[in-house]
Amino acid sequence: MEWYNQLFQYLISGITTGAIYALVALGFAIIYNATEIINFAQGEFVMLGAMIAAALLAMAPMPIWMAVSIAIVAATMIGMIFERLAIRPVKNASHMNLIIITIGGSILIKGVAMLVWGKDARPMPGFSSAQHPIKFFGAAITPQSIWVMAGMAVAVVLLHFFYEYTITGKALRACAYNRKAARLCGISVERMVFFSFALSAAIGGFAGVLVAPITFAAYDVGTMLGLKGFCAAILGGLGSNPGAVLGGLVIGTLESLAAGYVSSGYKDAVAFIIMLAVLYFRPVGILGKRAEKV
Amino acid sequence: MKRDWMLLLLLAAAVLALPNFITSPYYFSVLIFVAINGIVVLGLTLLMGYAGQISLGHAGFFGLGAYFSMIFTVHLHLNPWLAMALGLAATVVIAFLLGMPTLRLHGHYLAMATLGLGVVLQIIFKEEIAITGGPSGTSGIPYLKAFGIEFSNDHKFYYLAWIFVLVLFGLSINLIHSRIGRALRAISQNQTAAGSLGIPVDRLKLSVFALSAGYASLAGSLYAHYFTFINPSPFGFMASVKLVAMVVVGGSVSLWGALLGAALLTSLPEFLTVLQDYEMVVYGAILILVMMFAPRGLAGIIAKIFQYLGLGAKEENARAV
Repeated sequence: MEWYNQLFQYLISGITTGAIYALVALGFAIIYNATEIINFAQGEFVMLGAMIAAALLAMAPMPIWMAVSIAIVAATMIGMIFERLAIRPVKNASHMNLIIITIGGSILIKGVAMLVWGKDARPMPGFSSAQHPIKFFGAAITPQSIWVMAGMAVAVVLLHFFYEYTITGKALRACAYNRKAARLCGISVERMVFFSFALSAAIGGFAGVLVAPITFAAYDVGTMLGLKGFCAAILGGLGSNPGAVLGGLVIGTLESLAAGYVSSGYKDAVAFIIMLAVLYFRPVGILGKRAEKV
Repeated sequence: MKRDWMLLLLLAAAVLALPNFITSPYYFSVLIFVAINGIVVLGLTLLMGYAGQISLGHAGFFGLGAYFSMIFTVHLHLNPWLAMALGLAATVVIAFLLGMPTLRLHGHYLAMATLGLGVVLQIIFKEEIAITGGPSGTSGIPYLKAFGIEFSNDHKFYYLAWIFVLVLFGLSINLIHSRIGRALRAISQNQTAAGSLGIPVDRLKLSVFALSAGYASLAGSLYAHYFTFINPSPFGFMASVKLVAMVVVGGSVSLWGALLGAALLTSLPEFLTVLQDYEMVVYGAILILVMMFAPRGLAGIIAKIFQYLGLGAKEENARAV
């Protein structure tokens, strides 16, 4: 088989996983903008979305949209609780301490998920009842892939309108530019931090329910997704929303191409090698703001 | 300073005396693990407490030391001590290459870069089967020998491991009480101010990072020659997080705390095997709770108790601020 026969198929699956990485990266960007904290627990919100939806569907018969909505709301609530209990009480701590807290939160959430739902991966049905892949230029696209890409696009558009046209969105942007000045204008920075955790947990949960029918849901899927989404955020430029989306799509595509043409064993290393290269040659990322040199 | 050396002498005496009270070889192996983790945590404490940077890939450097020792002895038949030295040199070079671009940047880029390196290293350990033995690992690593003694059982290796701890501890005490140590403390307080005083901020941070990677590499080599078998599983992300937890629990601004943290978190799971399934919950909760309620860790708590008892811990306390 010639190499180009498979190319389109690899691109499609790359963009699908890339869309998930993009959503995770957006979650990182939202919290980083409001707080300058790198939230290492971001991937666990993805896992929570996936696990809660899969567990609900296995427990009781209900329409899939209902399980999905409950899962996103639950992930959001957990994000809010995490901010209230572990981030807000220590808001004057150094960045290093806050980062350690988010690492602790990530392992804690993962550990609790393992105790509650066990170690086995759970399947989740696709959003559409039709499961037949659609043929498109010789490549097969599963309906769930289309859901993932469309879901990512809708989330990005909604987020754009939110940031540009709502008071809360504008206040969040003000916090990202200059927190002191934002406070002087009467914006409650504490509330914005709380809100940014809620928002990024919601986006994480959303990514989780989108990807669960493709990859299955397990207590440990969040770590790798979170780390790769993080690489995507760095590639795009930490703190830049369009950058996060671009970074996610680029990493997803390159990963899929590398797995197809180079070596599937090193698939998981691709994102990190890209991140290390970015830190070497262009630490601000593709679309990032200028990084402050010491 | 004087107190640190006195305490070090006490520790040495304890290391010599302890075997008289140990009945089962199992306790020797626990103490060897405390020593091996302690060496890594000492280096990580220098990095976190004195240079203000987190590494989430120290298990990777630990693994590099172990794998280099294995490759140099099993495949290339070099002397184990030479293998350990070569592994140390190679690991330090890798740390330099990784730290150079990332430590110049403001913020926690090193945390991400080390995290990335750790993940990539574990994948290499798993995939390069011809060299590393892949997921099932490689056995047949020779024992270390010196002065006609082969460190082939737990009792003998116990002394070797703790000699390494004592020497590296002495080196670290020397370092933090030197000009460089004072410069590092200035950096961790305020980088800009330190830079304006003429302290080469980037270079010092980079050196401490490379040094801490070197400590981890030595510990890894010891691990390889103790077990004579290695596989990729103890060198993953969770292992790096555990090492950070040891630093945090001990108190990141105290070398003694580092040893305490390593001793506590290494031996507890050995005695509380019921904890196995709760491991992640426990480590996660420890990280959060210590950071929230005792950010200076056990060392900070002990310093406070001493102060309360009026036992003149003023110097220690001033340093720990």
